[in-house]
Amino acid sequence: MDVLVYLIPIALGLGFLGLGAFLWSLKSGQYDDLDGAKWRVLSDDDLPDRDR
Amino acid sequence: MNAPVASPLLAEPLSPHVRDWSAFAEPRADGTVHMDLAVEGITCAACMSTIEHGLGVVPGVAKARLNLTTHRLAVDWDPAATDAGTVVRRLENLGYRAHPFDPARRSAEEEAEAKALLRAMAVAGFGAMNIMLLSVSVWAGNASDIEPVTRDFFHWLSALIALPIVAYAGRTFYRSAWRALRVGRTNMDVPISIGITLTVGLSLWQTMRSAEHAYFDSAVMLLFFLLLGRFLDHNMRRRTRSVAENLAALRADTALRMAPDGTLGEVPVSRIDPGDRVLVRAGERVPVDGIVEAGLSEIDQSLVTGETVAAPAAAGERVYAGTMNLTGPLTVRVTAAEAGTLLDEVNKLLEAAAQAKSRYMQLADRVARRYAPVVHLTALVTFLGWLFAGAEVSEALVVAVSVLIITCPCALALAIPAVQVVTSGLLFRRGVLVHAGDAIERLAAADTIVFDKTGTLTLPEPSLIDAGRIDPALLDRAGHLAAASRHPLGIALAAAARATRAPETAREIAGSGVEAEIDGVVHRLGSPAFCGVCDADVAAVTALHPDASLVAYRAGAAEPVLFAFRQGLRVDAAEVVGRLVRAGYGIEILSGDRPDAVARAAAALGIDRWRAGLTPAGKIARLEALKAEGHRVLMVGDGLNDAPALAAAHVSLSPVTAVHLSQAAADAVFLGERLAPVADALAIARAAKAAMVQNLWISIVYNLIAVPVAIAGWVTPLIAALAMSGSSIVVTVNALRLRWSAPEPTAQRGGTLDGGRPAVGTAGAGAVAAGEFGRA
Repeated sequence: MDVLVYLIPIALGLGFLGLGAFLWSLKSGQYDDLDGAKWRVLSDDDLPDRDR
Repeated sequence: MNAPVASPLLAEPLSPHVRDWSAFAEPRADGTVHMDLAVEGITCAACMSTIEHGLGVVPGVAKARLNLTTHRLAVDWDPAATDAGTVVRRLENLGYRAHPFDPARRSAEEEAEAKALLRAMAVAGFGAMNIMLLSVSVWAGNASDIEPVTRDFFHWLSALIALPIVAYAGRTFYRSAWRALRVGRTNMDVPISIGITLTVGLSLWQTMRSAEHAYFDSAVMLLFFLLLGRFLDHNMRRRTRSVAENLAALRADTALRMAPDGTLGEVPVSRIDPGDRVLVRAGERVPVDGIVEAGLSEIDQSLVTGETVAAPAAAGERVYAGTMNLTGPLTVRVTAAEAGTLLDEVNKLLEAAAQAKSRYMQLADRVARRYAPVVHLTALVTFLGWLFAGAEVSEALVVAVSVLIITCPCALALAIPAVQVVTSGLLFRRGVLVHAGDAIERLAAADTIVFDKTGTLTLPEPSLIDAGRIDPALLDRAGHLAAASRHPLGIALAAAARATRAPETAREIAGSGVEAEIDGVVHRLGSPAFCGVCDADVAAVTALHPDASLVAYRAGAAEPVLFAFRQGLRVDAAEVVGRLVRAGYGIEILSGDRPDAVARAAAALGIDRWRAGLTPAGKIARLEALKAEGHRVLMVGDGLNDAPALAAAHVSLSPVTAVHLSQAAADAVFLGERLAPVADALAIARAAKAAMVQNLWISIVYNLIAVPVAIAGWVTPLIAALAMSGSSIVVTVNALRLRWSAPEPTAQRGGTLDGGRPAVGTAGAGAVAAGEFGRA
């Protein structure tokens, strides 16, 4: 069962990545406006004019 | 979307004075200025891009972002290139009315606390999942053939995850427990903190001596469940508060401050200091308390004293915030509450009421106060019992701590917050915004309801009596002219006629009314004398409707026409009062208005206990008397004179049109023109209280089963995990049950329900209509 010694820390590390991603998204305000976000994804004003 | 910045983009402001919005803006460190606005009229996602692009093209605006969830707009701009007034005007041109938030009223702490809770919950959730992963392996291994080395490795890993997480995510509970202990009280967070600390400590010790069982998963899972409850609770309150803040901003609590040189600037009320001079135009609410310096007008004091007859105001008279200035502009010097004034009396009574109101102990705290000693004593007795029975110290300690773990008040701590969250959600959808979580318990306990009359049972705005009997063409012409008036009766007439555009020739004659020349004929709308109505006609209508206010209309040389207005009862007042009486509530009216007006309203509603002409102290005295008789009183009121009574009552509600002081004194605020939210709130609160009691019983039954098992020493981490999550889920589901069993919102049913409307009135000076104050 020696394989556990590094497999489990790897699994934990992946979990940490997920947690870190969530905390980052929270910090960057992605949960502040849940109703608006679903519409913003459809607007294309972040593209340069020629791509519209 | 790069529209050229054309010159007519920014029209001139509609109002004659300088709108000084800069008092609402906050300078930022990077040199830009930030402002938050509540925006009216946002209906769909398209509004978002309209507003953001529309503002984006204004030179100087660095960022405009609309929050579609809260209907708030955040704008940053360069103060050198543009100003707040430009932003507000631009929004107006786009078709949205925006009201800046008063920075003094906004609370950033709430936001920060919600985020901190969510972070703690995410961390605890991460820990609970990963530790559970390891624990399940250990449990499975214990049942089969795990090697002690592997088990120890798993336990050490769990400890490594659990220790920092428990220290970080549990801070809310430790702090609250410490605060309570320091002042010699206990709350639910005390047993929670002790339980979690001991569980982790025991598990660590067990791990060090390579024991079979460790309870890291229980500790972290408990934290996760509790944080989930806290977060939901906090989120619900924040949502309510955000709506309340928007409403406050939409009411635009601003004042026109007069600078020493006579220039006017619109500033938030919080920026007005005693000694400032403020201009109050006709048709506006007086924003501050003060003394009239110049001007002659009439003041509608109904929101302050309950009195429905307008009082004259001249230099030297005192005016109160919340009253309506009717006929002419007034210059008011702002004063603080001085001894002997109504405001001073109200403030004193409010203070006394807040002190006298015996500190209501929340159900959860009452349970916690008994729960904690019992549980800790049981654990101690278990420890001593096992020692006495010949067990080793370590063995006895493990059993004693397992008692603490299994009784750790997971279900108990969720039992009441879960119901509160569901209930405030239900109330929210029915237009009731609850300030305090324990208001629900207190609402459920109420058995007597005391109503204020003016503005509570009646609508705050006057309505045209018997609009249906008036010749539509006549009403149309009069309403057209009324649209030019700022007088509340003129506004009411225009609303009844659905008129929006005033004749271009209309001009307001201060103190008299409005006049316009249309096709060579002079039309007049205003006081009966202004239109040449003879006294006999006025007397005839007054005899018919003693508390009505009259407006006359005359077209050229034609016979003048009188319109009668009255503050009508709320559309569903009679129905709601009937519903409450049937539900067994005692109902009473305590009003500051004249006896005959109160008597009529009481008769129309079928209420036989009423008192009129009461002062704020008189209202409190009556509440005290009711309390002495053993009643729990729900006070519903809106006026400044109700504020002390609202604070003194067991529980209180106030309509959203109420003055600030009253809204702050009340436990909850209800929206809309109907009274139904009051009855709905009572019904829902009773159902919620029942669910709370059920949940407490579920927790007690759970403990009655689990504790003997723990005392016997049979508890393993697996059993602890199952029991804890099981009981938590049961109480949560029981709380959610309220959602399905709650009565449908009655507010939607309305529209055709005109039973209680004061459909009485008169068209033309002599015309007579039957029926008094509603047909209830």
